Amino acid sequence: MLKDITLGQYFPGKTIIHRLDPRTKIIMVVVYIVALFLAVKYASYGLMLAFLVSVMILSRISPKRLLSGMKPLIIIILLTGILNIFYTGGEHLLVHWRFIRIYREGLINAGYMILRIIMLISGTFLLTYTTSPIELTDGLERLLSPLKKLHVPVHELSMMMCIALRFIPTLIEETDKIIAAQKARGADFETGNIFRRAKALVPILVPMFISAFRRADELAVAMECRCYHGGEGRTRMKIMKMKLRDYVTFLIGALLLAGVIVLRHFGL
Amino acid sequence: MEHSLQAENLSFAYPATDGGTPIPVFEGLDLTIEKGSFVAILGHNGSGKSTLAKHFNAILLPVCGRVCVFGMDTKDEELLLEIRRNVGMVFQNPDNQIVANVVEEDVAFAPENLGVEPKQIRRRVDEALKQVGMYEYRTHAPHLLSGGQKQRIAIAGVIAMRPECIVLDEPTAMLDPKGREEVLQTILQLNRDHGMTVVLITHHMEEAALADRVVAMANGKIVCDGTPKQVFSQVEKLEAVGLTVPATTRLLYELNKAGMNLPLDALSVEECAQALKEALNQSSAAE
Ligand SMILES: Nc1ncnc2c1ncn2[C@@H]1O[C@H](COP(=O)(O)OP(=O)(O)OP(=O)(O)O)[C@@H](O)[C@H]1O
Ligand SMILES: [Mg+2]
Repeated sequence: MLKDITLGQYFPGKTIIHRLDPRTKIIMVVVYIVALFLAVKYASYGLMLAFLVSVMILSRISPKRLLSGMKPLIIIILLTGILNIFYTGGEHLLVHWRFIRIYREGLINAGYMILRIIMLISGTFLLTYTTSPIELTDGLERLLSPLKKLHVPVHELSMMMCIALRFIPTLIEETDKIIAAQKARGADFETGNIFRRAKALVPILVPMFISAFRRADELAVAMECRCYHGGEGRTRMKIMKMKLRDYVTFLIGALLLAGVIVLRHFGL
Repeated sequence: MEHSLQAENLSFAYPATDGGTPIPVFEGLDLTIEKGSFVAILGHNGSGKSTLAKHFNAILLPVCGRVCVFGMDTKDEELLLEIRRNVGMVFQNPDNQIVANVVEEDVAFAPENLGVEPKQIRRRVDEALKQVGMYEYRTHAPHLLSGGQKQRIAIAGVIAMRPECIVLDEPTAMLDPKGREEVLQTILQLNRDHGMTVVLITHHMEEAALADRVVAMANGKIVCDGTPKQVFSQVEKLEAVGLTVPATTRLLYELNKAGMNLPLDALSVEECAQALKEALNQSSAAE
């Protein structure tokens, strides 16, 4: 039952988007997010949407897949929209019932807000859908490596992320097993009030923690046995190299940002 | 013969937890393992097998005495990486040894730590994966593989360091018979075809019978040491320290107790059958 979690899922592929350097993709997502927050009206949103749709087409990720990934976030998205409807003032009053006032500006604002959130999430999803977790952590490590001079433990952080990603499926599988074992002994996780259910989780969490600590211990020894001694003097099998396509992507990113800024200047 | 692993007068105790007395494991243990040999270590639970294994690559350091691997003292911190590179270690649970979520990335982990050049790493990874017969799985996610396959990946991850010796601590304990067979074949091949020194810690007598030499331990001491035939024919001695013998030896031993006169060193099923047939022929000829 826990297997359906699709956190940071990756869909392998061979499209140009998949093959881009992970660093390029991470930088592009940042550029895209900045541009999205600079966008004001139809024209700039249109430009952003055009960019998003072209990336989607190039990466062969269907809109359906993107939207289905957003399901757990629907409540947050709707809530932001609704709050915007009620809290935006304006000139064109549409509904006035007791203390509720809805203005046309509020509706428009809410619409933009929802669109912006959906586009924001879609952009980051496109990154994780087309980049394997390893590439992602590697890319982040290399992008952040200048911070090592400021004593930020960049290598350690990326190693931690990498190991966490490696163990998520293992731990999920184990949790499923423990739940099944407790159910077989008559444990009940589905009925009763919230306190009762929370209490029923204790017999799952305790063995989970114990086993996770044991695993961590064994993994640490195994890593030492394989000569792990921190990031110093470590090389990588896969070298990352920027190619022509990466430079072209940067150019497109710069143009996108410039376009949005110009449109913003004209209030479009 | 050249020595690869050597424990001299080794004493070790785990430090006391919260104020109790330290837990002694070895007191003056001597053991030498020849280069290129295949040694099986047997012993009941808690007899100190894993503790001994961890001494061979400086995960644990002796309290007294010394441990030398290929002429390097494990107490020498300068040589730590070189020692660990030369003595590869594989543990029981493959899940807890695999670091990366792509097979080839995991095998590359050790050479990456050693600062090997990227092209050279690629070559070592491909070679190691071919040696354990997992080359086709190089881009798979380890958690989707079977237990035997995962353990072979763990072995590949170790041989990518190009070690002289590989120490396996109950590598088959969590595997089904098929996975066990795969892993054993891989180990045998490493020893026979690549001349790697292999130390196999196991609870399975049948696995130990494959080795050139069997060392039986009890309570941190070596009780029997010799070829499988020599060791397993000492049935009483082994049983006194809580170890069983292979089913074939057991059968011959029981028959001897019932008054027959059979050689106890017929270890494999074929040898055992042969020995029984000869004994039966003799007795019918005598009538
Ligand atoms: N980390 C530890 N701290 C304290 N004592 C330990 C530790 N690990 C093992 N021991 C103790 O040291 C002794 C030898 O343990 P060891 O794990 O080497 O045995 P083993 O032969 O590998 O057993 P098994 O067959 O169960 O794996 C045991 O008495 C055990 O209780
Ligand atoms: Mg052990």
